[in-house]
Amino acid sequence: MDNGVKNNGNGHENLWRVKVGLAEMLKGGVIMDVTTAEQAKIAEDAGACAVMALERVPADIRKEGGVARMAAPRIIREIMDTVTIPVMAKARIGHFAEAQVLEALEVDYIDESEVLTPADEENHIWKHSFKVPFVCGARNLGEALRRIGEGAAMIRTKGEAGSGNIVEAVRHMRTIVGQMKRLTTLGEDQLMHEAKELGAPLDLVQYVAKNGKLPVPNFSAGGIATPADAALMMQLGAEAVFVGSGIFKSSDPAKRAKAIVYATTNYQDAKKVLAASDELGEAMKGLDIRQMEEKDLLQTRGW
Amino acid sequence: MLIGILAIQGDFEAHARALDKLGVKYVFVRTPEDLQGVDGLILPGGESTTHMKLLAETGLEPAIRQMAANGGAFLGTCAGAILLAREVKSPEQNSLGLADMTVMRNAYGRQLSSDVLTLPTKLREAPLEMVFIRAPIIEKTGPRVEILAEREGKPVLVRQGKVMASTFHPELTSDTTIHEQFLKLACNNNKKP
Repeated sequence: MDNGVKNNGNGHENLWRVKVGLAEMLKGGVIMDVTTAEQAKIAEDAGACAVMALERVPADIRKEGGVARMAAPRIIREIMDTVTIPVMAKARIGHFAEAQVLEALEVDYIDESEVLTPADEENHIWKHSFKVPFVCGARNLGEALRRIGEGAAMIRTKGEAGSGNIVEAVRHMRTIVGQMKRLTTLGEDQLMHEAKELGAPLDLVQYVAKNGKLPVPNFSAGGIATPADAALMMQLGAEAVFVGSGIFKSSDPAKRAKAIVYATTNYQDAKKVLAASDELGEAMKGLDIRQMEEKDLLQTRGW
Repeated sequence: MLIGILAIQGDFEAHARALDKLGVKYVFVRTPEDLQGVDGLILPGGESTTHMKLLAETGLEPAIRQMAANGGAFLGTCAGAILLAREVKSPEQNSLGLADMTVMRNAYGRQLSSDVLTLPTKLREAPLEMVFIRAPIIEKTGPRVEILAEREGKPVLVRQGKVMASTFHPELTSDTTIHEQFLKLACNNNKKP
């Protein structure tokens, strides 16, 4: 299968296929942030297709400050022992030793995440040298293709985690989709210049120009708090959604979790999104991005 | 002939690509109405717990049972095979029960145990490439179930009447052998007048 990514040294083709393959299985689903085994169970019962195990949801990381690191192995292990759906966990950007620990723990996916405090301001993890697959955040096509070049088998928008505000996820998804469309209109003689402008590997730029999409699944994260938010991102081109603080910072997490799953499946049917939106209780409070200071933004971490 | 692809979650688009290659007409199935005129239904990979919940919520569960009673054909891959099983273990969960088999979920281990293997099959002389992702194991099969391929002594591809199930993902390879076999089952669909 031509997926636009060449084997480079450490991984072989089959390993790449099962990494992307698991991302394929998550399509059309909702991946939920959880901090305890109890929350993981609520997420699974609501129909989550995977959970993200972490110590604090982004809204709390934002509030409490300090250095945010990989979750304690005990928490992740408890969650893995509780649910049968895939369990993901976050490592700091560039912190390949945290990723090695998560791989030793046998999590199903690692999120090299801007939600945690970066460990390296220049280098992201060289993900090809891992057997466990990685997802990474991106704000634009160049960033997405750089991460895929390093071995990410799934891309998600960064959005603005813990904000409960969808505006940044929308901006990132529209940017990525728009840049991909534009590439399809260019001639092959223009792609080297594009690769230079995007700061992205030429072979991946050529792949997108030819296929109009990323060579890996493209999901959305960062600010999804309601069923309509999920339906919005799916209609804008997301193939699945991550919900972080939006569920367990709301007044009725079980109900909201179920509603977001239902809306994600039925994102093309407004009557069903309406049904999912009814009688949900209060959504998380949320932040106005324009009132925030640059230093408080999580999305600018990584490059 | 019209094929339905269950599209509530999972890799339904990969199945659509396989059918595109074979030039077969299909619809994505999200509601009971979408099953109208469908001769065969593909249950894709994904998360089986999510699928069963959404089947119940959307009213698709009884509609699919009705389709089976009317002689429809089925192909289930990985999570789809779990849905088709009579009994599901690890943990126990509800299923459609259209094939007489017992399935253990995630029985090879977590994602690190996912793998691509090339194994022999009764479907043809050449072996078949099989992509296993957090795959289940078919523990037991009833007398009417024909085993078409095995991995380490356990069935990975089975057929019972018009129902086919694989614990791997034929939709993630360029080989359309299994889809072609399924289309034959759907094509012979003798609907009651």
